[in-house]
Amino acid sequence: MKSFWALLSRDVRLAVREGGAIGTALGFFLVVVSLMPLGLGPDLNLLSRIAAGVLWIALLLAALLSLNRIFEADHEDGTLDVLATGPLPLELVTAAKSLAHWITTGIPLAIMAPVLGILLNLDLAAYPILVATTLAGTPAVSFLGAIGAALTMKTRRGGLLLALIVLPLYVPTLIFGISAVSAGAGPTGLAASFLILAAISLVAIVLGPLAAAAALKVQLQ
Amino acid sequence: MDLGPHAAFIWISYAAVTVTITGLILWLIADGRKQAADLEALERQGVKRRSAAPGVR
Amino acid sequence: MQTLTQRLANPARFMELSARLLPWISGAAGILLVSGLYLAFFASPADYQQGETVRIMYIHVPCAWLSMMVYGLIALSSFGLLVFRHPLADVSAKAAAPLGAAFTFLALLTGSLWGKPMWGTYWVWDARLTSVLILFFLYLGLMALRSALEDESAAAKLTAILALVGVTILPIIKFSVDWWNTLHQPSTDFTSTVDPSMRLPLLVMAVAFTLLFFAMHLKAMRNEILRRRVKALRTQAVAGRDRLAAQAANHGAAE
Repeated sequence: MKSFWALLSRDVRLAVREGGAIGTALGFFLVVVSLMPLGLGPDLNLLSRIAAGVLWIALLLAALLSLNRIFEADHEDGTLDVLATGPLPLELVTAAKSLAHWITTGIPLAIMAPVLGILLNLDLAAYPILVATTLAGTPAVSFLGAIGAALTMKTRRGGLLLALIVLPLYVPTLIFGISAVSAGAGPTGLAASFLILAAISLVAIVLGPLAAAAALKVQLQ
Repeated sequence: MDLGPHAAFIWISYAAVTVTITGLILWLIADGRKQAADLEALERQGVKRRSAAPGVR
Repeated sequence: MQTLTQRLANPARFMELSARLLPWISGAAGILLVSGLYLAFFASPADYQQGETVRIMYIHVPCAWLSMMVYGLIALSSFGLLVFRHPLADVSAKAAAPLGAAFTFLALLTGSLWGKPMWGTYWVWDARLTSVLILFFLYLGLMALRSALEDESAAAKLTAILALVGVTILPIIKFSVDWWNTLHQPSTDFTSTVDPSMRLPLLVMAVAFTLLFFAMHLKAMRNEILRRRVKALRTQAVAGRDRLAAQAANHGAAE
């Protein structure tokens, strides 16, 4: 367990010290959200109605762009081979790396989402719900994304392939993330969608490291 | 046969399914012939399968 | 005692058995298809609500059924590869993926052509159509991942992992799409009540399409086994030539 925390803090520190990756994801998030009103027109009523959907889709795309760095750098410099032969089971290695991705990408994006909500005239009452749902939903993004990152680690046109593989898996997170924020659901609908969103994240936390570790084992032999 | 006002939709559906499946079947047959021909050509060159010649790794 | 799958583990025995089975399955599929088409066009009435367009159902529903069954077959084969290391499992999964994608595409196309007279537009974000669309993306992902990897044995295992992840997530996707659909519009459910007079042609067509798929799948598996033999022979021939060349070079150096 100690080596799990060591790996986690190493990955988080590396990401924070480099800084570039987090900045890029946040910048991309900002640009995509800003393009939406330019494409759809500045009608504030329309924007506030679709704000939740726009924020979630932009968040998924921003997170998607950062997925390939979960394993890529460590695969290139051979760290992954060392980790695979180390004492920590590979499932925990992938779990630590996915968790580090969530801390360095999911949480910043979730904190950024309400700020961008201002640009889209999102209803003020929806802000706490938006932060809560993005925090509850983004673990699924990181842990399911780790599967795609592990599967495409050795492919050359990895980026597009990763999107094709991972985006369909994000459908449940997207649907329940948006339905929790949308006002139409009502308080009971809100609680239900929030709980289901959290359940999806839990499934992803179990499934992601297992599948990603299996994929790494195939490629590190 | 009168298929009513939407006959075109019915015909296009059936035509699309027929064309796609026929295309797949023709491709499968052509592919099978090609692989069989390649295999035969290699065997005529004297390349033996490993299972046919035990001991050769 | 050997089970059928164990006995089939030998590719040579599979080739022998499939060669014997293939004409029978294809023949049965052909006969059922012709009789199904006869029932669909001449021996079944038009729907009182949808009129003649209901005849699209007889190809749409079998395609939609196959789109799901084939994904199940791929998942089963993937399980067979990863857990039992069955030598034919990957051949089966690889051969089934493009066929499944084709039937999924046909289900979407015929669904959209059926929908135009029904709903007035070619595409409605109906729960069922949306689920099938996402299933189509899953097929595309499987095929794209396999084609992106050069090492065939790694490609087989990685694609199998993706197929098993897909089959785990698929029920959640289905559930969420259903939820999303009821949230936005009342479900337009008109296929649930199929008149008994339409049940027989539908059943015959569904069985005919299933047999047709299995015939195509067997043929694709046979092709894949032959392709692997050709590839193995070629690498063997190249290795043999290299060995001869190296021997000749050694000989020359010794003289």
